[in-house]
Amino acid sequence: MIFTRNAKARRRLRESGLAYLLLGPSLLIFAVFIFYPFLSNFYLGFFKTPPFPGLPNRFVGLSQYQEVLTSSTFLNSVRTTVAFAFLTVPLGIALGLGLAVVAHQQLRGIAIYRTIFSSTVATSVAVASVIFGTLFNPVVGLLPWLGINPQPPILDNPDWALIAVALITVWQTLGLTFILMASGLQAIPDELHEAARIDGAAAWSRFVRVTMPLLSPTIFFAVVIGGIFAFQTFGQIDLLTQGGPLDKTNVLTYYVFTTLRTENNDGKAAVLAVALFSITLVLTVVQMKVLERRVHYAR
Amino acid sequence: MAGVTFDRVTKCFGDVVAVDDLSLDVFDEEFLVLLGPSGCGKSTALRMIAGLEEPSEGTIEIGESIVNDVEAKDRDVAMVFQSYALYPHMSVRKNIEFPLRTRKVASDEREKLVHDAAESLGLETLLDRKPAQLSGGQRQRVALARAIVRRPKVFLMDEPLSNLDAKLRVQTRAELIELQRELATTVIYVTHDQVEGMTMGHRIAIMADGKLQQVGPPQAVYDHPANLFVAGFIGNPPMNTVSGPIVRTASDPAGSFGIGVEGTVIPLPAGHCAAIERSGAKTVVLGVRPEHLRPATEGGLVATVAVIESLGHERHVDCRLADGQMVISRLSSSEPAPLVGERVNLTVDPLELHIFDGVTEEAIETT
Repeated sequence: MIFTRNAKARRRLRESGLAYLLLGPSLLIFAVFIFYPFLSNFYLGFFKTPPFPGLPNRFVGLSQYQEVLTSSTFLNSVRTTVAFAFLTVPLGIALGLGLAVVAHQQLRGIAIYRTIFSSTVATSVAVASVIFGTLFNPVVGLLPWLGINPQPPILDNPDWALIAVALITVWQTLGLTFILMASGLQAIPDELHEAARIDGAAAWSRFVRVTMPLLSPTIFFAVVIGGIFAFQTFGQIDLLTQGGPLDKTNVLTYYVFTTLRTENNDGKAAVLAVALFSITLVLTVVQMKVLERRVHYAR
Repeated sequence: MAGVTFDRVTKCFGDVVAVDDLSLDVFDEEFLVLLGPSGCGKSTALRMIAGLEEPSEGTIEIGESIVNDVEAKDRDVAMVFQSYALYPHMSVRKNIEFPLRTRKVASDEREKLVHDAAESLGLETLLDRKPAQLSGGQRQRVALARAIVRRPKVFLMDEPLSNLDAKLRVQTRAELIELQRELATTVIYVTHDQVEGMTMGHRIAIMADGKLQQVGPPQAVYDHPANLFVAGFIGNPPMNTVSGPIVRTASDPAGSFGIGVEGTVIPLPAGHCAAIERSGAKTVVLGVRPEHLRPATEGGLVATVAVIESLGHERHVDCRLADGQMVISRLSSSEPAPLVGERVNLTVDPLELHIFDGVTEEAIETT
């Protein structure tokens, strides 16, 4: 008995040793590129950056966290980011789903539409921003040419700038959402739709009672990913509005960036980065807890 | 309840003709089996009744009305799919209830109907489970319950037993026959399994390459196959077919024939000869069911026993003729069996011979 117990323990030790050995390389990479920077960033937030270069950083502990996280600029930036997410995610998913449903029909030449609908996936944020920046340009753009030339220009209008950037973002991510939704639709067996047709369900009823529940895992995934993307938005803000007008498009990522690069305040930027990470994490966890209850994972 | 009529129905998918000029009457309260190998067009025919495919030509009637332009949801048919097509996100109860909900049946009425359907299929204890938590046989029952719950005019079944294991299949087969009798409803049942066709259908309709080959009661089709395809498709082991030149036997100038098989001539009775003469066939194929091919001490065809397959209650003796053609003799296990490698004489009662035109492959009627 004792012998076998020893043998078993030895085997277990050997197996766990092997497991750690195999995990080692990726653990090392994670440690160097993720864990260490993350912890040192958190630590950096304890130091106040001096107003003039050359002076030493001053340790202030958690007080900098408190100061930054209660500032009106930060709270405004959080509000802007949340608004941005609410503007982009539901609309993007609704449009992507709508296009996917249209493209799911067995019609002649539908492949051309599928290609067009998914094409923005090959467009970078920078390209999309330049395209729309040009279209909105008050001097050479398409809108003024069409006779639509609001003053101030859309991207300079505090009421419209965020909405405009959000719409551009929806357009730019539409390709990806469309592909996600289309593949989700394709995964639903045709026979279920056929059974529902024979069972007397009209098109809308089939969509609500069969398609939507079976697509819910895909939609759920798109909401979570879309939410994370929205909280990390940077490129289109930088290229189109630089956070303005009046900080109306100053989303968190852009705020981190300007704090670091314009203010050269790395202590404050570190605090903001930690805040951005925490908000994204909490939001994702909440989404998972709340939405997953409504998701049907079909087997 | 209602009958179904195909009137010269053709269905093409691009250049492929899936169903070719099909005319078929399915009677009210009949259990009709559409039988044929994969790709013969039987499922397409069924899907056209359901309204899942549109005929390219011809008309389909359910009851007295032409349904070509009627939506699937308005045809009042129910279908059981091979995969069962249960809604995975709904409980068994919700699945069975679905066709009632879409038709806005009142909730107390709905509850009663669901309960009745579940009870008749032994599903009462499973009503709150999801399809993923059920066995194949249970899922199959749920699909059936969903079909019977609203008493449709016509039941369509597309290979409903093929995902079940062999034992359950035999059991469910009998249950389906009973269910059809109880409901007294029209069932159109698609299968590639000739045993299901033989055992379940009041009539079977055999299809190949999109064309209807023969319709009739199972025994009639077995006894009088209309062509070589049906002869080979119905029956297990299939009918033996032997081909050879028509040999006019010199001794009988009145026109007796024999079929030349290497080393011997199989003589044909006078009635058969006259029928061949009438049909004008240049070459013929002889068919004989394995149970009618008997080993004898002399006469008949000389063959060598190649393989003996014992099934317990019977034996299949595979024999090779002198020219290499294979024939099977079916013997009951109580009969003495020859040995492998042994030379045997295989005889057949001439009245049990089937004769087919060698070119058109159609049966030549001998009576």
